[in-house]
Amino acid sequence: MSHAAGHTLPAGEHTVTGISHNRLMMWTFLASDCMFFGSLIWVYFAYRGRYFEGPYPHEVLDIPYTSVSAAVLLLSSFSIVMALTALEHADMRGFRGWLLGTILLGALFLGGQYYEFITFYHEGLTLTSNLFGTTFFVLTGFHGTHVFIGIVWLLVQWLLSFVGKLTPAHVERFFVTTLYWHFVDIVWIIIFMLVYLMPY
Amino acid sequence: MHQQSTAHAQPSPATWVRVLILLTIATVLEVLTYVFESTLGVLTAPILIVFAAIKFVLVVAYYMHLKFDNRILTGIFTWGMLIALSIFAAMAAIYHIYGQPLLTP
Repeated sequence: MSHAAGHTLPAGEHTVTGISHNRLMMWTFLASDCMFFGSLIWVYFAYRGRYFEGPYPHEVLDIPYTSVSAAVLLLSSFSIVMALTALEHADMRGFRGWLLGTILLGALFLGGQYYEFITFYHEGLTLTSNLFGTTFFVLTGFHGTHVFIGIVWLLVQWLLSFVGKLTPAHVERFFVTTLYWHFVDIVWIIIFMLVYLMPY
Repeated sequence: MHQQSTAHAQPSPATWVRVLILLTIATVLEVLTYVFESTLGVLTAPILIVFAAIKFVLVVAYYMHLKFDNRILTGIFTWGMLIALSIFAAMAAIYHIYGQPLLTP
């Protein structure tokens, strides 16, 4: 079987560009999502360091904790690409294992974000407490929503694989899902650097 | 299965592992940059941006297969990125010219 993650089209699909409709649609969506997150990151940056009242970022942000979260999301990118490779080689057991690993890592990241939000709330940082709270929660909250949608999507694919609805013949469909998941990861790379690590 | 294919040589799992190692190294160096912020001074921000850019490119080029995929897709994604960066540039210019909006209640 040829590698569907390369320049291939699923059986019976013919396009002018030679790119599958799903793949083209996903990349177009991701390009538009770049603009969406670009706007949110800009708003965070525009008001960065202009907070009149606390809690201030250096008082609440926990860098070691978030570094682990960032590593978890990076690891999930690795596990999903391994799931894709397993599917291409018709190794369904390996595919399900790596995919389940990805789902668990995504859930771990999301759980970590939930814990972080709760901790901030107890420290007095809410969506309306100050500009830092507003811009921080909107930005990371939208990212978390993307992660949640990704987890549900992956879970559906994982379950479909047990009833024969996701087989090696559907590599292209799964590949498009992996694109979305990796995008969630690259957005976090930017957020982690700009929001957490960048000096104030 | 019939597939219309112009497939290039595709990476193996060993490549995915190498990329993961590089991503891990870049993340560790990023955090170390944050730790040694007072020593690095004004260099901190550029260094952080470089490491984030390296991670970004690694994931997009390899894990998202853009390096091996149709160039049209690279163009589409780059277009989105450029518009996002343009928003940054335009807003920064507006704020620079007209100043920050009033933030006091």
